[in-house]
Order: sequence, then structure tokens, then C-alpha cells
Amino acid sequence: MLALDTSTPACSVALVQLPDTAPPPGATRPLASRRIVDARRHGELLSPLMRDALAEAAVTPADLAGVVVGLGPGPFTSLRVGIVTAATFAAALGLTCHGVCSLDGIGAVTSGRTGVVTDARRREVFWAAYADGERIAGPAVDRPDRAADLLRADGVGGVVGPGLALYPDAFANAAAAHAGTGTGTGAAAAQYPDPAVLAALAAPDLLAGRAPAPLTPIYLRRPDVAEPRPAKAVTG
Amino acid sequence: MTRPTPTGTVSGTSSGTSPSRGPAPLVLGIETSCDETGVGLVRDGVLLADALASSVDEHARYGGVVPEIAARAHLEAMVPTIDRALATAGAKASDIDAVAVTAGPGLAGALLVGVAAAKAYALALGVPLYGIHHLAAHVAVDTLEHGPLPSPSIALLVSGGHSSLLLVEDLAAAPVVSLGATVDDAAGEAYDKVARLLGMPFPGGPPIDRAARDGAPTIPFPRGKAGDGTFDFSFSGLKTAVARWVEARRRAGEPVPVADVAASFQEAVVDVLTAKAVAAARKHGVDTLVIGGGVAANSRLRALAAERCESAGITLRVPRPGLCTDNGAMVAALGALKVASGVAPSPLDLPASSTLPL
Repeated sequence: MLALDTSTPACSVALVQLPDTAPPPGATRPLASRRIVDARRHGELLSPLMRDALAEAAVTPADLAGVVVGLGPGPFTSLRVGIVTAATFAAALGLTCHGVCSLDGIGAVTSGRTGVVTDARRREVFWAAYADGERIAGPAVDRPDRAADLLRADGVGGVVGPGLALYPDAFANAAAAHAGTGTGTGAAAAQYPDPAVLAALAAPDLLAGRAPAPLTPIYLRRPDVAEPRPAKAVTG
Repeated sequence: MTRPTPTGTVSGTSSGTSPSRGPAPLVLGIETSCDETGVGLVRDGVLLADALASSVDEHARYGGVVPEIAARAHLEAMVPTIDRALATAGAKASDIDAVAVTAGPGLAGALLVGVAAAKAYALALGVPLYGIHHLAAHVAVDTLEHGPLPSPSIALLVSGGHSSLLLVEDLAAAPVVSLGATVDDAAGEAYDKVARLLGMPFPGGPPIDRAARDGAPTIPFPRGKAGDGTFDFSFSGLKTAVARWVEARRRAGEPVPVADVAASFQEAVVDVLTAKAVAAARKHGVDTLVIGGGVAANSRLRALAAERCESAGITLRVPRPGLCTDNGAMVAALGALKVASGVAPSPLDLPASSTLPL
């Protein structure tokens, strides 16, 4: 399985061996993975990272069983790069492409009541709340202090994700929770959505041969546009 | 057919794309520079499919193309449009020998969707990727209808985003030379703005063209830059002159002769466009003029260009209207020319560039 996520400044790719039975999300070790953090270059980085990961694992596209992609929420432009890449790559090979909420790529490997926050720009965060890895609220977009209030209302004690470092004051009362250690490096690995975790989450559907839902991006915002007023007169 | 491994995808030319062996390569072209998701399939100069999804209706209420709406629509339309093109051509994805994509110029977010899709397709199939210049593709599409282009030729490209005069020698291998371009609004943009002033819908070209047929070009609107000796255009002053004229009528409580305003505005636009195109051909000793872009669908532009080219002894080539507007066929057409002439493919980290130079 090839999995990727572009919902944060990280451009992440993982190749995962599809198990015979669905594993717990943290237990999936990728055959190869690539990640570069550069918020403005997903469009240039993603396909070369996929090529490099395939080469490292000595896997050809024809060997793949399916494709998994993080659907966001995330900044629109980079999010679309990931989704259209995954969808088109799968279509070219006649494979199914499964979408998963990107925040689950962090939250599914947390324990207890944990919040995941990522940068939504415009002084807002994307967030979701998890109970032992199950999403119980979100995804949603809010100002950091409002998101912190809502997370507290869900009984969340700890917060992880790149939004924490951006708005330390808003989430000050929530000490960083311990992220799961499934894919290797603890809290650092949970800083960005892990495509190997997304792959594990999609594995049951893939194994069961269930048709994937449409790949609808989780934008959470409408296009920023207003209908024009009548044309102004050019003569005073 | 043996396909290269993914690591070798774009560094070398696939054996299947050699023009000297086997059937001519099948080239997929993807265009997403504005509001049209276009996918074309071309083999050996023959157009096999030209699938299109347009988000123009979603933009109409805003009076112009909204980049974020266009980009969202491209994402939704991409895979279905590719599938539709393949079905039309009776081809499978694995039959494709090369993928071409508009890399610019255009709306950044919109371009990026097509470029990402093209890379994914090329990587999945192990075939080369070709980044294509949007304006050069508008010229290349004419070869699908009228055969190889004489070298050199002059191209006049007029749309909602571009108004350019180009000197074209070898489309596949040599850079296209820009002789001039608009210094402010594109011609199609002026159409949109005048249409809005006259209470007509977006895009403004078709309703103005229709209204003008019932009017006469009796109002002497200015011909911007007509006698300045360059091959540049200017349509912003014309748009303002039309607005001033219409507002003066409205202020005086007089009816606005919409058909005459449309005909007079249209005449001012196509007069300058065709005069400069013919002058460019004469100056460079070129006997072929190609017109492309959405405004090339305009009936008065086609008629006046035909008239002036005939009296100047210039062969005029204009693709049918469906190939003048943005489409995937034009990208596939130029991609196929590049494959055939052995041009090196683009790397997988090809950027989308909103201001890509020629």
C-alpha cells in the first residue's frame, strides 16, 4: 500500500505491507518512508518522494494493492496536491484510493483523551479530539483559544500536533500528551500526520474489498469570495 | 511493452516513445490553467479524445474566474475527465506512452492540480512527463486540424487571460518569440468588463458577439496603441471609453443602443488585433497567421482576419472554436510534437509556474 499526506507543511509518503488481518494503527512499520517539511513545495516534492520510496523498497507501482491519502483538514493548495496525486496515481493503475482524515494520522496513535491541533493559518487551528485513538470530536476549525475550550469540554488533558508550538499560550493548560510509539520516535513522530498510520486505518476497508468513499477534501472553509457589487461609474 | 522502473521514469526516453519503431506514441495532455479541466489524447497528429469539464457556471455570479473555486473544481473533475478521454479513445491507461501537462502560465492553484495529476500518472505508468507552455499549446492545437505549421509562422493568441503576438519557428524544440502582448487588460477581459457594463452575463464574448450582429460600428471608440509601431496591445482605455460613453447616455436619460455599442466596441478590438497581426507577418516576411485562444471563437475577429489576410496574401489558420478555448487536446498535441522530435522530458519535480516565460 502506498500512503501519503500533504495536509501540513510536511510532505509525507510511506509504503506499507498490507497485513493479512487489520493491525492496530501503531503496529504498522513502513517498508520505506519519506518526509520533507517545506510548506510551499508539496507540488514539486511529492512525486519524487513517491518514486524514491518505491525504489528504496524495490516495489514497482504494479506491485501495489491500494493507495491511501490524508483528506485534510489542511491548507487548500497543498491538500489538493496530495489528493489529486493519490487519486490519479491509483486510477492509472486501476487501484482503489482510500481517504482518511489527516488528523487521525496523529490522533489514532495517542492514548487517553488527547487533542490534535494543526495550523489552519489566519490565526486559527484545525483540531480534533481522541479517546484512546478513536476520534470523538472534530475535525473542526477555530481560533486557538476556542479550540482549547472545546477540547477541555471533551475532557482532553493533553494536546499534540504542530498547532501546539504555534499557540503555546492557548494550549498552555494542556500539557503535551504522550504520543504512541508505534512508528518509532514517540512524540516527534506525531508532530505531523503519519501516512503509515493512515494506511493502517484504511487497511480494514482495503482488506474487505469495500469500495472507498469519494475522496472529498476536508476544507472546512468556503472559498474566500464575495459577489461583486454593481460596476462603479468611471465618470464622477 | 517493457516499461522502465519508476526510478528511471523521467531521466531517459522510454523505448515505447521512439518515433522510429512501432506505432506512434499515444500522448495524454492535461490542461488546468484556468477554469477548464481538459484531457486530450493524441497519436501521430490525430486527435483521439478531447474531454472537458468546465467550472464556468460556478464563476458566472462573481463576474470572473475565482481561483479557489477553479482549483476545487479541477480536483473533482480530474480523474473522471481522464477516464472519459480514455473511454472516448477506446484506450487503457497502460496504452499511454507519454504525459504532457500545462506547467504555466495560468492560475497557480489551478495549474498545480493538473501538474500533480500528470506527474502521478507518469510515475504510475513509468512514462515520460512533458511540461508544456500554455500559449505554445494554443498554437500547436492547429496542427491537429491543418497539419504541420510552416516555419516561421505568426500566432495571435487572444483570450480572457492573454493577448499576444508570437513568432513561431519550431514549436517542439525552439522557444517561441514574443513580438508583443497586452500592456494591461487581455482582450477577453475587456469583453467581460464591457458585457457587465451592458448587463450581459459572464463570459462576455458570446453575448457581445451576438448583440453586435444587430448593430453597426458607428461609435468611434479609441484604438489603443494602434499607431505606436509596436506589436503590443492595450484594451483598458477602450473599456473606460465605452463606460464613459454609456454613462453619458444614461445620465442624459437617453436609451443606450446596446447593439451599436457592442458592435463598435468589438470593431475597435478586432481592428487593432488583426491590423497588428498582419503587420507582424509583413515585417517578418511570414505568410501564415494562426489565431487561437477563446476570443478566436469570435465571429467578427474571424471575418476581419480572413478579409485582411486575403488582401495581404497571408494564409489564415484558425482551429474550430472548440479547440480555440482551453482544452487538453492542445497540450497533447504539443506533447506529441515534443516526443516526436526527441526533446528531453521534464523532471518529476517540475514546478507549476503562474508566470512561465516562453
